[in-house]
This record gives sequence, C-alpha cells and structure tokens, in this order.
Amino acid sequence: MGSVGEQVGSAGLIELYRCMVRIRSFEEHAHKTFLKGGMPGFLHLYSGEEAIAAGVMDVLAPDDYIVTSHRGHGHLLARGGDPKRMFAELYGRVDGYCRGKGGSMHIADMGHGMLGANGIVGAAVNIGTGAAFACKYRGDRRVSVAFFGDGSTNRGTFHEALNLAAIWELPAIYILENNHYGVANPQSDHTKLKDLADRAAAYGFPGVVVDGNDVLAVRAAAAEAVERARQGGGPTLIEAKTWRHWGHFIGDSAKYRDPVEHQSWLDRDPIPAFGKVLVAKGVATEAELQAIGEEVEAEMDAAIEYGRQSPFPDVSELTMDVYVGDPQGTSAGGRS
Amino acid sequence: MARLNMVDAIDQALQQAMDRDPKMVIMGEDVGRDGGVFRVTDGLIQRFGDQRVIDTPLAESGIVGMAIGMAIAGYHPVAEIQFSGFVYPAYDQLVCHAARMRNRSRGEFTVPLVVRMPYGGGIRALEHHSESMEAVFAHVPGLKVVIPADPYEAKGLLSAALADPDPVVFFEPARVYRAIKTEVPEEPYTIPLGKARVVQEGTDLTLIAWGAHVRTIKDAAQKLEAEAVAKAEVIDVRTLSPFDYETVVASVRKTGRAIIVHEAPRSCGFGAEISAQIMERAVLHLEAPVVRITGFDTMPPLGRLEDYYQPDAGMVVDAAKALLKF
Ligand SMILES: Cc1ncc(C[n+]2csc(CCOP(=O)(O)OP(=O)(O)O)c2C)c(N)n1
Ligand SMILES: [Mg+2]
Repeated sequence: MGSVGEQVGSAGLIELYRCMVRIRSFEEHAHKTFLKGGMPGFLHLYSGEEAIAAGVMDVLAPDDYIVTSHRGHGHLLARGGDPKRMFAELYGRVDGYCRGKGGSMHIADMGHGMLGANGIVGAAVNIGTGAAFACKYRGDRRVSVAFFGDGSTNRGTFHEALNLAAIWELPAIYILENNHYGVANPQSDHTKLKDLADRAAAYGFPGVVVDGNDVLAVRAAAAEAVERARQGGGPTLIEAKTWRHWGHFIGDSAKYRDPVEHQSWLDRDPIPAFGKVLVAKGVATEAELQAIGEEVEAEMDAAIEYGRQSPFPDVSELTMDVYVGDPQGTSAGGRS
Repeated sequence: MARLNMVDAIDQALQQAMDRDPKMVIMGEDVGRDGGVFRVTDGLIQRFGDQRVIDTPLAESGIVGMAIGMAIAGYHPVAEIQFSGFVYPAYDQLVCHAARMRNRSRGEFTVPLVVRMPYGGGIRALEHHSESMEAVFAHVPGLKVVIPADPYEAKGLLSAALADPDPVVFFEPARVYRAIKTEVPEEPYTIPLGKARVVQEGTDLTLIAWGAHVRTIKDAAQKLEAEAVAKAEVIDVRTLSPFDYETVVASVRKTGRAIIVHEAPRSCGFGAEISAQIMERAVLHLEAPVVRITGFDTMPPLGRLEDYYQPDAGMVVDAAKALLKF
C-alpha cells in the first residue's frame, strides 16, 4: 500500500473501498433490472473499472469539474451523486437528475460540478478542456477532469482538445479509461501504440500509465496531476488500464474477447483485490468488509425502488427547456 | 420467395453488390468482426475478407473523409455510421467535399460513395440514437438522400444507391430493422432513385411519408377505409433528394388534400419542402390547406415521452377527418 495508503488513512481507505462497492452494486442492480425490461435506452456498465472513478474523485475538491462518458454511472456516484436520483433517471422518471429526459447516457449534475455524461464518444475531452479554460480564466485554481475510453482517442476532436490544453497550459486532467476495446474493436486494431498515454508527448505534456484496477495507484497519479494543474503546471493525460466485466452495453455478449484474457482480468477484480489489502494491513476485517457489502446492497435496493416508483414526466415537459425563457415549450413545435 | 427483415435484406444487397463489384469496399466501426451493432453486415467479412470489409477506429470524419478520397481514386466505398446521430463530424466531409466534387471539377470526377446509417426513433433510445435529421442532408445540393420503408424497398434502393455515380446518404429506419418481413427476391434488382412509390391508390386525400412512417400512413388509410371515411392515396417518398414532386403533385391534383407525416422536428423538416412544392404546383387543386403531422421542435426524448413525440396512425386519421370537413 505504501505511502499513499498512509496519506489516506484508515477511514479514507475504507471509504475508497465502499465507493467501489457502491458503484458495483449500482451497476448490478441496473443490469438485472434492464434485463427484465424495466429500463429504456442503452446501458453501458462500469463494472470492473470502479477503481478509476473512486481513485480520481478522491483527490478532487468539491468545486472542481468533471465531465464523463456513456459509461458514466460510476463517475457520478464516486463524485457524491445520489443513487436514488440516478436510478430515477435511468428509469426515465421525473425525480431523475435530468427529470427523466436524459437517461443513463446524459446524466448531468451541476451540484457536483458534473457537466454531464454524453452519448457522443469522447465529448468530455472537448467540454472538459473548455471548463479547464474557464478555471484558468477565472484564476480560481479549480481543475477540470474529463473521462473517456481508449476508442475515443482516435477521434480528431481528442487531438484538437489536447493541443489546445497544451498551448494554453490549462488545468485539465484527461483520464483515459483503457478497457482495451471500443465496442468490438481491440486496441491492437485501432492504434499502433502500446501505451495510449504516449499520445500526450505529441502535445508536449506528461502522459502517465497507471494500473486502473489499483485504486491507490490511480489515486496517486491523479493527486500528482491535480496538484500540477492547480499550480499552473498544465494538463496531464493519465491512461488507466482496465477491463469491463460485461459486454459493451447490456445485450452485447462480447464474444470478440479472448476468454482466457477475460478471466485473467476477472481474477484481478479491483474490489476483492483492494479488500485483501485492507485485511492484510489490518485496516478492516473480513466481517467489516462484508458488512459494507450488505449495507450497500440495502442502500441500492432502496434506491432502485425509489427510481421505479418515481412518476413519469408529464407530456408537457417534452418541449420544455429547448430555449431560455420558453419554459412552456417551443412555439413552432406541436402538430396542427 | 424468401421473407426477410430489413437487416437481412440490406445484408443481401451489400453481399450481391460486393460480389459484382470488385472495387466495392465496406468500412466503419464494428462492421467486420462484429458484423455491425445491428448485425447488418453479418457474414460479410467472412466472405470478402478484412481487406474489403474494414473495421475502422472510432473516427467518423476519418472514415467518410477517407472514403471520399478512395471514391475519387476509383473505389466504391460504403461507409457505415453506427447511428445517424454520430455523423456530424463527418457532415463536414459530406457537405464540403463529397457533395461538391462533381461540380467543383466540372464533371471531371465524382464521388460514388454510399454512407449508410440507422436513424429514427421507436427503439426506446434518445437523442443521437433516435433522431431523424434527414432534412439537413436533403438541403445539400450534390447529396442524394434515400430512406427505405420496408425490406423489399431497402434491398432495391440500396442496390441502386450502390450503383449510383454520386454520393448517397442512405438512412435505415432502425425501428423497421427487425419489425417487419416482406418478400425479397434472391436475384439482384434495383429501384431507381428519385421515383416515389404510390403504395395504394385513392381518391379523397393523399398521405405522404417515408421510412418507418409509411407504415403509419398505411395503417391510417386502412382505418379510414374501414370506417368508410375516405379512400386515401398512400405515397412513399423513398428518396428525399432527388425528390419526385411529379408523383406527389399528380396525386394531390387528383385528391385535393394532402397530409405529410414525419418524425423529424417540424420546422424546416422535409415536410415543409413537400408542402411548398404542392403549393407551387397544385394550389388551384387544393380543397384544404396541406397538413403536416410531425415530431416536435425538440430533441427526441427518452422512454414514455417518445410515445407522445412520435406521430401515429390515430393522429393521421383525426387530421384526415378534419381535412375532409374543411
Ligand atoms: C461519435 C460517436 N461514434 C460512435 C459512437 C458509438 N459508440 C458508443 S461507445 C463506442 C465505443 C467507445 O469506446 P471507448 O471510447 O473505448 O469507450 P468504452 O465504451 O470502451 O468505455 C462507440 C463506437 C458514439 N456514441 N459516438
Ligand atoms: Mg474502451
């Protein structure tokens, strides 16, 4: 565990563990419910990648910005999002973060500086860069963190954003969640690079590779990048290598992955791995960890039930919020 | 004759065109190993190999931009965009280059490119995964815009698009993909671009739609007939660009009434163009104003709200009754 573990302290370590367990439990609840046909849209599960959100969010200040991806449930939960309102959003109900109009892929929560998940792959990179520009412009030492996948780094928009962040030395942290696939497209087919963090070199700022299944390693890398950004040292690209436990979205059987490789990553599941460390270091007992699991399970049972019971938005909401000052709906809409 | 769904009909059209045309290349995200997220290109990489069915990185502008260069250099690329809502980075390439090459080079060269993409609602997704932005393509001179309504139409229209010398944007209504089967001949056939289809003849009013909503107006026509309200003529526009105003106008001259149905936002939707064409060419034949039943001027919403957003046959029937009393 080393020095990072000491910095975090026992209570903090247990919170990191709990954070990962909450994300896993949220995702498994969503998974089961979706399969039963209870939720609209597409769901991209974060199971297996929890250490990244947990580790990064732990070093952010409350007023920093985050911008996330289509695989974004874990980020908002780790940032302090309310699972009740998240489930309501997944169900398309009024108590959701976007009043049920955004669903899984478009949750946004300004209350947590969370500028939105996004159905467009890699959108966070550009929007996050803009938020970082705002931080620098205001001079308030906030930072902006963008989350995105390996596939996203092949979009032109990624390269434009990183160059802008570099030339203006923006307090931007790019968290590249490399789960080694963009849908069915493996990293070896979509790029010549072994380490995608190398892309940062093209723009002249640090790129760091980290074990994305090791929450303390992620936390340490993020802490360093955030500190550098706050001091005016400019952006960092952190490549966290990880693996999604399920298919690309619920319904994708992920037959394109090698079962042996898949198993080897399941064996490195970040949650039990970190649990073992906590027990070995005497930070928690097995029984305490199990109790956390049970508490979280009960919390998520209640949260998903809350979401399910929330009402559907009224049809009048369909045309609201397209423009400012037009809460009643767009005048040109509707039918004759 | 085999009864196929639209996914299989398109797959078959692609396979037959690839068999015929050694210069044809399919490219896009997950079109090869995965067979496409909707399985439209299933089996093609096995048949044609990874040099002709190319899995690309996630890079829409890269895919379409490259396809344009390939087309000018003598190939016949077929690019897939995973959902039409992801096409906008490539819109730059389509508008600035694909559409203009023929004119820019004074006919010297052209871009025989087809960009296929699923579009439209009814699949319980939202925003980019459900939108219907065909009008922003139909507005671009130099692009052809084709939207099939059923499996038979899909095979014939796609086959024509694949043989067309100019760039074609081919919208596939995702909600129709597996919803209906029609008879689809095994032998290759084409349906010419720029020719609307009179699905059913009628005398009292003309119902006009494309894509998934051809089904809506067919259902409405059936109800109107069953209730002995009216005998409606049903027109599937098929290609928004070039638009076959002659078929539409001839019908409206006969019936004197027109209802246009689309799920795209109302303002500047393609219905506005059709309505204007009718006004310009058949105003003296009109018994009543042209009616549009459309989506709202907002983003396609999630879940239940979508039921309200989408036009349905009941709305068409109500509108028809009102029109007949006008
Ligand atoms: C611009 C754009 N193109 C394509 C898609 C369809 N799509 C959704 S997720 C995805 C793969 C993304 O891969 P990656 O960035 O590695 O993220 P991961 O899903 O692996 O977390 C694709 C192609 C999209 N949503 N947006
Ligand atoms: Mg990935």
